[in-house]
Amino acid sequence: MRSRLLNPWSDNRAERTLGAVSLLVGVAVIAMIVFVAVQAWPTISHNGGIEWLGSGGKLERQVEAMNNAGTNPTPADYHLRAWPLVYGTLLTTVIAVAFGLVIAILSSIFIVDIAHDRVKGTVVPVIRLLASVPSVVYGLLGILVLVPFVGNHIITSSEKAQHAGEVQLTGQGLLVTVVILTVMITPIMVALICEALESVPKSWREGAIALGVNPLRAMLAVTLRAARPAIVAAAVLATARALGESIMIAMVSGGVSFAPRPEDGIVAIFEPLRTLASFIVSFQEGTGATALKSSLYAFALLLLVGALVLSVCGYLIKLPLRKYQVKG
Amino acid sequence: MSVYAPQRPMTAGPGRRSSPLTWRWIDRLVLALAWGAGIGLCLVGGAIVIYMGVRGIQFLRPELLFSRPAFGTTQNESGGFLDPIMGTAILTAIGISLALPLAVVSALWVNEYGRPTWLARVVESTIEVVAGTPDIVFALFGLALFQTQLFAPFSFTASGGGVFGRSFFAAGTMMSLIALPPIFVATRDGLQSIPMHMREAAFALGKTRIATIRRVLIPAVRSNIATGVTLGVSRIIGDTAIVVLLLGATLRLEPQGSVPGVNVLRGTGSTLTSYIYDNSPAGEGGAPQKAYAAAFVLLVLVLALNFTLGRIGRSSERKGSLTAAQGIV
Repeated sequence: MRSRLLNPWSDNRAERTLGAVSLLVGVAVIAMIVFVAVQAWPTISHNGGIEWLGSGGKLERQVEAMNNAGTNPTPADYHLRAWPLVYGTLLTTVIAVAFGLVIAILSSIFIVDIAHDRVKGTVVPVIRLLASVPSVVYGLLGILVLVPFVGNHIITSSEKAQHAGEVQLTGQGLLVTVVILTVMITPIMVALICEALESVPKSWREGAIALGVNPLRAMLAVTLRAARPAIVAAAVLATARALGESIMIAMVSGGVSFAPRPEDGIVAIFEPLRTLASFIVSFQEGTGATALKSSLYAFALLLLVGALVLSVCGYLIKLPLRKYQVKG
Repeated sequence: MSVYAPQRPMTAGPGRRSSPLTWRWIDRLVLALAWGAGIGLCLVGGAIVIYMGVRGIQFLRPELLFSRPAFGTTQNESGGFLDPIMGTAILTAIGISLALPLAVVSALWVNEYGRPTWLARVVESTIEVVAGTPDIVFALFGLALFQTQLFAPFSFTASGGGVFGRSFFAAGTMMSLIALPPIFVATRDGLQSIPMHMREAAFALGKTRIATIRRVLIPAVRSNIATGVTLGVSRIIGDTAIVVLLLGATLRLEPQGSVPGVNVLRGTGSTLTSYIYDNSPAGEGGAPQKAYAAAFVLLVLVLALNFTLGRIGRSSERKGSLTAAQGIV
């Protein structure tokens, strides 16, 4: 009896209890998918499956109609064509990841191979710092520093006048969004790529150097090549971060559901946009209107599905890495 | 000829430490770009810290930290941010107190029991999914969850019976999902790095698995858990989307109900992040000086946590690792 009081948990019981608690997370994830899907269902069914992802009409009008419909929307009020948001999301994500990847690969090589210990001792903490700055601080710096700078000094007044009829070029837009997003996702990629480069056996590279290749070329041709899957995995993880970034983009991308038009030439990079996540933040007050609320959940479902697909991709990419004992 | 005779003196040729000056131009370009990328990131980080520091010193007054927000038309009248700081503290407390047991128990079960194996894999995968899910999706999930009648007692209810689903409790619960993955990963990595013979020694002394976990393993991974918690805290205090959607948009803490303590948890409020968002030109406030001051406080908190992380990390194995420092799954 005394031992039972001192040590109340038998091993079997402990195993079952701990296991049950662990499964709670799984329950939460399933609940999340179910809740979001149920809320999104009206929008999906009234728009015929995935047609709400297409283009057509003005998004602003559709949102207004949803708001006007209030709590008793007819099926027609659910009409939604969210292509500008999908396009904005893809545009910002792809550009930021592309730039970020190049910067991350170069700076990883710098950290792992080129920098002396003292330089490394400065760069690594700074990258950790960049990774831990909250997104709202990035957004604040963007809207109070970068946006006025771009609006006053980079966009010329003739460009503003030329497009004044369609869209106001204030500086809020694609350029500032992509710049800040790149700064936000680069540290993640640097971390993963550095770790992969360090875990590639040194002897491989030394072999190449012994054959007469210069150290940098050996780095690029041998080490970086061996770490290719890890680089792709890093890009996938960074894509997931960029897709879900909401607050910063809501602050600096301009509050218009406009999509930058490539035919405008260079001005397109100054044009405002919205992404799926930033739209949810901007219209969170609109959850009183049933149709709009359902649309917001449809966007969330899209983001969730995207995140799930990316995490499966990340898993599949890391499979060959495990074979080579390279950590990724 | 059977004997290899070098045609050139060895000092200039390959095999010696080669100077970049002798490389092809493309290699030199890559080298220059790598230097540029590394130094460039440093400059960006330094610029952010210096700029925020200057603005913080310019606009932060001690009384701002200890006065409550007020409704004023100018920046001098709108009060300080005592309530947002308290809001951040309350959310952190709720989030960590929910996430810590869940994450540590999951890590222990996956690593120490993990039977059946497929179920352990499923648990690990779900935590990876949680880590990859955008916070805005958690926020909408929380809104849907806490608007159901089952969870109505946990949030602000309008007089007409409409459940708003917005409260400290709702936001804190969702925050725990954000803090969960870093704590789980840190604990699991710690457990994996404990050599098997430590467990075997405990078993040989007649201890059961659960007793080994309590007496041997948890004390051994304490610093890893601390690392995870630090990362979790910095995730929570930096998160904005969940706060904006789930905490209501009241500047002050607005308790609901009459039970002391619980009424605050059921009520609405703000945190430092939502205070910054509301006072920036993107929100409605338009008080950039207050936003700068609050952002400075937030950045100082984050930097302090970062520093703590460095100190804890020094005693654990993966010190200086960038992935560990970011809690990447």
